[in-house]
Amino acid sequence: MTPAYYLFLSAILFTIGVLGFLLRRNAIVVFMCVELMLNSVNLSLVTFARMNGTLDGQIMAFFVMVVAAAEVVVGLAIIVSIFRTRRSASVDDANLLKY
Amino acid sequence: MSTVTTATATATATVLAASPQTSVSEAVVFWIVAPVAIAAALAMVFSRHAVHAALLLVVDFFCLAVLYAAQDAPFLAAVQVIVYTGAIMILFLFVLMLVGVDSSDSLVETLRGQRVAAAALALGFVVLLIGAIGSATLQMPSQGLAAANAEGNVIGIARLLFTRYVFAFEATSALLITAALGAMVLAHKEQVVPRVSQREMSRRRFAGAHPTPYPSPGVFARHDAVDTPALLPDGTAAEPRPPVLEGSSNQAGRAGDPAGPGATGSGS
Repeated sequence: MTPAYYLFLSAILFTIGVLGFLLRRNAIVVFMCVELMLNSVNLSLVTFARMNGTLDGQIMAFFVMVVAAAEVVVGLAIIVSIFRTRRSASVDDANLLKY
Repeated sequence: MSTVTTATATATATVLAASPQTSVSEAVVFWIVAPVAIAAALAMVFSRHAVHAALLLVVDFFCLAVLYAAQDAPFLAAVQVIVYTGAIMILFLFVLMLVGVDSSDSLVETLRGQRVAAAALALGFVVLLIGAIGSATLQMPSQGLAAANAEGNVIGIARLLFTRYVFAFEATSALLITAALGAMVLAHKEQVVPRVSQREMSRRRFAGAHPTPYPSPGVFARHDAVDTPALLPDGTAAEPRPPVLEGSSNQAGRAGDPAGPGATGSGS
């Protein structure tokens, strides 16, 4: 086994996240799939840091975590405010901009 | 043809032999944790219940923390457990309970063939990614973090974070403050009418026509909006009414109205 196997795992997890993002309708589950994608990229960053022998990749993964935390806070607040006005967390119901 | 295949096989074998092998214990950890991570991720995507999806995502984050620890990143493993499984997933579950566990996925396909197209796209994407990664990194030499982690992983990260990346680190603080402010602004609800006391609420409720509580959202109707009205049991659209807000004002106004619940919405 080589460190590239971590990258394969990261690619598979990212694809599962993409699949869930495309398939699910519940906005919160869609958000969880985005989190899964971010985390799989973190795994590949950590693996690259190990392959290159420097810690810069781990720093980058750390910043990704920080940005993901900020993104979760704002995104969940948006979902809550949408739910408050429309009584639904389904992404299909927020369609008034379409017409 | 066979010579080409043999040559390719030999080349692959030399590449694999030349590429750095990890230790056996790390391989054992990887082959135990990686299938769990993939299974949990797939189960998360295909679980109907949103709370199950959240718990399976926690499993996935734990697996990733184990993989970070196996790759000489103990600081990131700890941060992963504390920040992701500790803080972010709790936030997810909190919002899930706030929004209502009952709001499950609709099974209606709004775009025809979207699921098949998404599955085909995902399959093609993963094949492309794995092929690209395999051709690019299988022969890449892995230097390991022994030199970088010589004085400890946390000290090494801190040394980089507060020298080379100090500007990004300071910018992060601005980002976090903006996010906190944004969340407060977005989740804030303006109090437009004076707050009704509990005593007055119960009085209005028993004076009105509907002393029992209203059904919780999602029992009879999944939507009640202007464009997607709630359906009555016979299939006709219910008359529009303003969305039921949390708190007391709306419900109290509706229950206290002598003309019945529908008069509030149609009148205004």
